[in-house]
Amino acid sequence: MRFIVCIKQVPDTTSVKIDKRTGRLIREGIPTIINPEDKNALEAALSLKEKYEGEIIVISMGPPQADEALREALAMGADRAILLTDRAFAGADTMATAYSLGSAVKKIGEYDLILCGRQAIDGDTAQVGPQLAEFLKVPQITYVSELNIEENKVVAIQELEDKRVRWEASLPALLTITSEANKPRYPSAYGIMDAYREKEVETWEKKHLDIDEERIGLEGSPTSVKRIFSPEPKGKGEIIKEEPKESAEILFNRLRAKNII
Amino acid sequence: MDYSISKELELLRKTVREFCENEVVPVVEDMDREGKFPEENIKKMAKLGLMGLPISKEYGGAGAGMLGYCIAVEEIGKVCNSHGTILGAHTSLCCMPIEMFGTEEQKQKYLVPLARGEKLGAFALTEPNAGSDAAAIETTAVREGDYYILNGTKIWITNADRADVIIVLTVTDKALGARGGITTLIVEKGTPGLSVGTLEDKMGIRGSSTAELIFENCRVPKENVLGDVGAGFIVFMKGLDCGRLSLAAGCVGGAQACLDASIKFAMNRIQFGKPIWEKQAIQWMIADMATEVYAARNMVYHAIWLKETGKRFTKESAMCKLFASEILCKAIDTALQIHGGMGYMKKFPIERMYRDARITRIYEGTNEIQKLVIANMISREMRRA
Ligand SMILES: Cc1cc2nc3c(=O)[nH]c(=O)nc-3n(C[C@H](O)[C@H](O)[C@@H](O)COP(=O)(O)OP(=O)(O)OC[C@H]3O[C@@H](n4cnc5c(N)ncnc54)[C@H](O)[C@@H]3O)c2cc1C
Ligand SMILES: Cc1cc2nc3c(=O)[nH]c(=O)nc-3n(C[C@H](O)[C@H](O)[C@H](O)COP(=O)(O)OP(=O)(O)OC[C@H]3O[C@@H](n4cnc5c(N)ncnc54)[C@H](O)[C@@H]3O)c2cc1C
Repeated sequence: MRFIVCIKQVPDTTSVKIDKRTGRLIREGIPTIINPEDKNALEAALSLKEKYEGEIIVISMGPPQADEALREALAMGADRAILLTDRAFAGADTMATAYSLGSAVKKIGEYDLILCGRQAIDGDTAQVGPQLAEFLKVPQITYVSELNIEENKVVAIQELEDKRVRWEASLPALLTITSEANKPRYPSAYGIMDAYREKEVETWEKKHLDIDEERIGLEGSPTSVKRIFSPEPKGKGEIIKEEPKESAEILFNRLRAKNII
Repeated sequence: MDYSISKELELLRKTVREFCENEVVPVVEDMDREGKFPEENIKKMAKLGLMGLPISKEYGGAGAGMLGYCIAVEEIGKVCNSHGTILGAHTSLCCMPIEMFGTEEQKQKYLVPLARGEKLGAFALTEPNAGSDAAAIETTAVREGDYYILNGTKIWITNADRADVIIVLTVTDKALGARGGITTLIVEKGTPGLSVGTLEDKMGIRGSSTAELIFENCRVPKENVLGDVGAGFIVFMKGLDCGRLSLAAGCVGGAQACLDASIKFAMNRIQFGKPIWEKQAIQWMIADMATEVYAARNMVYHAIWLKETGKRFTKESAMCKLFASEILCKAIDTALQIHGGMGYMKKFPIERMYRDARITRIYEGTNEIQKLVIANMISREMRRA
């Protein structure tokens, strides 16, 4: 089987600070990591590969430094890594990102499963996976916490807020994986050394892809960011300490006064 | 001069750090209280390739070099000296001498499974009458046909009861002593005549086991001589050169952890209406600690560079062991002082780290012996000059 895993290099948001003046993220000096749920996606591919054999290809679109994220994925056990990097890809929104990744997937050719993280911790939209599936016209199952391959289909549990849904999809398909799905393995020391000394990260630029220039990068992004700001911290919560019945009544009246119910 | 560390070793550092935070930290309190060998974690470390970091890929290692190994030990040193000690005895004192002095057969038979972490190693020098005075060992190895017959007792051997492969220093010619009379042998667990004696109860590094090894007419095949017959002292000195470096790297990690914990505590602990950090008395303690950690780390990395570029580093590795273990003990004492009563409580790691740190001034040669080594090397340089 052939698995494609999409990984995004993101700033480690636990150490990110925001420039008070511009409202932008201060990215300098902030360590970057593989988007956590992309590690879950890779782990899912690695354990499927252990069962069914095959090849795992990781792809990332990003600046040349995203090489580090791909090497880490190689160290964890991916077989092949592709970095989509070109100034022309910069400034992409989720649609342009999905389109570019999709063009790379088409260049790769045959595959059985694409695994994405559910959501990136920086952009946070959870849109790239679904858009990529739409672009490639393959079935998608999002928010997956369990998955398996049975005969020629993938069976997955989708984790929704109030329920778990079991889905089946024919292959090839695209799944977005949540952090509940597994505990990603550590790269081994052997894997780490090989990732840098034996393996390669292929670099694909715009010219390597059959791509419509108007649909990539900033130009190809219909979204424009109007304003970036840090939301004011919410006011202090209030605790209503009356007897349950009275508390409920007070709460009801407050909510009604605010037109919430 | 290039002080940068390669990307692969940075990834190795990050990985070991995550491993320590997620797998080591949660078990250390229990491990320390019960004096329990962290068996599960050693298995996990084996799977991650951490049991053969400096050993070449050809012999089952990760090929991460002395620097990769020491970076890992430094990270482990930040959280647990028991884990560090187990790893150090195995890697520096068992795997590395076999890689340096072993025959091809010995490497295939012993080093490959050791470096893969399928087997655990130990190194047995110390005896009741031979501590600092290593040449005074009394365990004999007498040639009988294709075997050496070993008799004697080794004490305080790290990993002794767990080890599959033990490097043992023996006397093959009493008259020659350290100059040709001492031979190193590789002894396998389960060899008839080898048994494990008392398991020690210790002040610190309670997760690492320290035990007696008893040899009673223990028959070891002659192919198991490591290095040349009579050249045992060289094997052990070269092994210790590496051991002292990795030990020092662990001390740097430990001292760094003391510094980090002290800064965090001092910034948060309010007394007299302000964080204690604002007191100059505390700032000076932390400034000294930070300076010493910086100095020790640079010494260690420099000595690693000497080793990796094939230069002599015996004197420097003794200096690193001496200095790094001293500043670790000072740093943990200062950290405990900064934490006040909190530092004395078993609930917090400072108390354990205080007990764990103390051994670093004793094993792999006491710090007095390091000074002796340094002075000897200086005399030698003077003679040569
Ligand atoms: C402050 C800010 C605001 C933004 N606002 C918008 C906006 O309003 N609308 C908009 O469309 N875009 C916006 N973007 C851009 C958008 O976040 C990224 O351009 C897009 O690359 C990825 O979207 P995401 O981070 O939300 O990923 P998600 O859709 O959350 O990611 C899901 C999964 O898709 C895969 N994936 C995502 N990106 C990549 C990649 N580059 N390479 C490989 N795999 C990938 C990963 O598997 C990931 O786990 C904004 C960016 C910033 C920094
Ligand atoms: C937890 C632990 C683990 C150990 N693991 C191992 C192991 O895996 N393998 C192994 O072989 N050994 C091991 N040892 C033994 C350790 O290496 C010795 O304890 C150490 O070398 C010191 O020997 P000693 O304890 O006999 O002290 P002694 O040699 O009796 O020294 C007592 C004191 O006298 C000082 N002294 C001695 N000679 C001199 C001198 N010439 N000049 C100045 N001062 C001197 C010493 O510095 C020390 O302060 C371990 C010990 C411990 C406690």
